[in-house]
Amino acid sequence: MAILTMYPDDERLEGANRTAFNLYVVTAVALFVLMMLLGLAMRMSQATWINVAPDLFYRLLSMHGAGMVGTTALATTAVMWFFLRKYVQLHLWALVANYVLFLLGALCIIVAVFAGGYGALWTFLYPLPVQSVGLWSPNAAALFMLGYLLIGIGMLLFYLDAAAAIIRVHGNLGRALGLQWLFGGTIDPDHPKAVVAGTMVIIANSLGILAGAVVLVMSLINVFYPQMALNALLAKTLIYWFGHMYINATIYMGVIAVYELLPRYSGKPYPISRPFIWSWAVSCLFVIVVFPHHLFMDYVAPHWLLVTGQVVSWGAGFPVFLVTAYGALTNIYRSNMRWTMPSRLLILSMFGWAAGIVPAIVDGTIRINQVMHNTQWVPGHFHFYLLLGVLPMALALMFHVIGRRATAPPNSGTDRIGFPVYLVGGLIFALAFLDAGRLSVARRMAEHLPAWTFTDKIGSIGAILVVLGMLYFAIRIAVGLLRPPAPASGGPRDRAANTAG
Amino acid sequence: MIPQNVIWTIALIGMGLVALGFIHVIVQAGKPADDAATRKAAHTSNVLRRWLFAALLITFVGGTYATLRPFPIPLQYAPLDAQQVVDVVGQQWSWQITPATVHTGGVVEFRVTSKDVNHGFAIYAPDGRIAIQTQAMPGYTNKLLYTFTQPGTYKVMCLEYCGLGHAPMTSEIRVVAAKGD
Ligand code: HEM
Ligand SMILES: [Cu+2]
Repeated sequence: MAILTMYPDDERLEGANRTAFNLYVVTAVALFVLMMLLGLAMRMSQATWINVAPDLFYRLLSMHGAGMVGTTALATTAVMWFFLRKYVQLHLWALVANYVLFLLGALCIIVAVFAGGYGALWTFLYPLPVQSVGLWSPNAAALFMLGYLLIGIGMLLFYLDAAAAIIRVHGNLGRALGLQWLFGGTIDPDHPKAVVAGTMVIIANSLGILAGAVVLVMSLINVFYPQMALNALLAKTLIYWFGHMYINATIYMGVIAVYELLPRYSGKPYPISRPFIWSWAVSCLFVIVVFPHHLFMDYVAPHWLLVTGQVVSWGAGFPVFLVTAYGALTNIYRSNMRWTMPSRLLILSMFGWAAGIVPAIVDGTIRINQVMHNTQWVPGHFHFYLLLGVLPMALALMFHVIGRRATAPPNSGTDRIGFPVYLVGGLIFALAFLDAGRLSVARRMAEHLPAWTFTDKIGSIGAILVVLGMLYFAIRIAVGLLRPPAPASGGPRDRAANTAG
Repeated sequence: MIPQNVIWTIALIGMGLVALGFIHVIVQAGKPADDAATRKAAHTSNVLRRWLFAALLITFVGGTYATLRPFPIPLQYAPLDAQQVVDVVGQQWSWQITPATVHTGGVVEFRVTSKDVNHGFAIYAPDGRIAIQTQAMPGYTNKLLYTFTQPGTYKVMCLEYCGLGHAPMTSEIRVVAAKGD
């Protein structure tokens, strides 16, 4: 069965493809380590173990937030490209253009933060970027926003190329999503899950990026013509519509790795099904309309909008629990699974997503938001599913790819130590944030009350473990990628891996 | 009963159940199964999924009803007729709260706005936990209703990042026992 081939030929990375993929992966893992070190500095400063002055703290927070979100998008774009290119014809220029624009955008952001002193966070919530009380200039804010625009344009180019390629094969985006099979009909068993997920991301995230572009352009105009004031509530709505969709799109791009790789490691087919089609159609709608949960504490917002935010936040649990996580568990149940780095990371990613969404849904309740909003409960839930969900998806593909180039499957003694260090560290780190939310510790604060520092210290210990784990992964992956590829037709590695399934 | 502790317990139970499900399957994942066992497992999995769906649906409907009724946010565009009214204005980086003393029992209406950027108006109870909050947004006035039951000093903190002085941007509300209480 083709699906169970560990390293199918149409996934080979050669020539320019290989270079582009390696650039994405090496950039991403290096940035992850760097951004984590910034995060660690902030956490340890909250714990009063080191001293980061408030102005620097907020710059680091701006860099960490924007940097992590951007890097996660970069890494999961590589995942989407890696698999989608087997089913539709993607152009390498789009992938490369996205990379170049990402780097240019990142450069703008870094200069804005470290040279310009920008400290209005990754959400650039109007009107703070233009009202810094002298800490940074409007020009620094403009440069930061320009960086976002460049990154967004790159992403849109990649999506446009992918959308065109999908439409060439499937006719239109609805058919690519499999909507024709929602209520009946025989589902084509070869309809790729990567196409369904990719299409959903293209639709949702293009809308999100467009909303982001609108508010970025409005804010930029306001920087240079302050008399053109914006409506603060409208700006916030657009920012969160964009921000929520952008970061969530990374999960939906990353999960393609689970669909594609898990059956190879479990040895059991993982066929497309009607619940699967439903779950992606519903998720597509939900992720577009769930953003009002960021407006719960804006009591003047229309109340029907806030109710939508709560109902949809809760509803978003259904596809994750019942289809995605459940499907993955069913696939590995009594499958004679061999645990190596990719398979461990794939299952971890499903756990991180399914468990991390619990506190997210809880906070997606208006009544609960009244006591949890903007406490560290929020970084608690999203670090849970980003650190233990999305990153492992991307890391799983990276380990899978280096497995082909090595002589042994990715399961060395150090792998077996590195993985639990990352996992345990991540759990401690995320749970410490959640517990801080219980204690009403405010998020985004450089200085903490003495009563708050206990969870800060526990969190810092977890963070140190995560950084160590990630540092190891990064080196292992970078070294593994730079090895020359194994010989073309099924070397011993391929066959060994096939029978392992 | 501190609401935050209840919320934390609910979340822990939810995450714990997810973890148990994963551990159960992971323990079984290493075992091989013949064709008959695989078919049986697939069947059980489908039945179980239906039960899970039903359980989630009941939680969803019941929870939605219980948490939205009565609606937790007061009407914003109609007079609220509260016994006490407090005006709150946030600005980088201080609060202007008039009057800053209220009494227990009678419902208090807070009218919260901002002069410059977004701030978050959060009232911390004497035990250090958030009692209630709303945003302070320029150009808008959010109306918040709250009835204090315990006298004491309540701390006000800013819960929306507003620049360098965000963390020290605090104030106080004094809550005194109502006459006759
Ligand atoms: C060792 C790993 C990490 C550490 C130590 C760390 C630390 C932190 C800290 C201390 C904060 C501020 C918390 C507060 O508001 O008080 C934060 C915020 C944040 N982190 Fe991380 N983090 C890590 C990994 C990640 C990862 C992997 C991602 C994304 C993939 C991420 C994304 C974010 C975002 C989006 C914010 C919000 C920024 C804001 O509030 O504007 N972090 N992190
Ligand atoms: Cu503030």
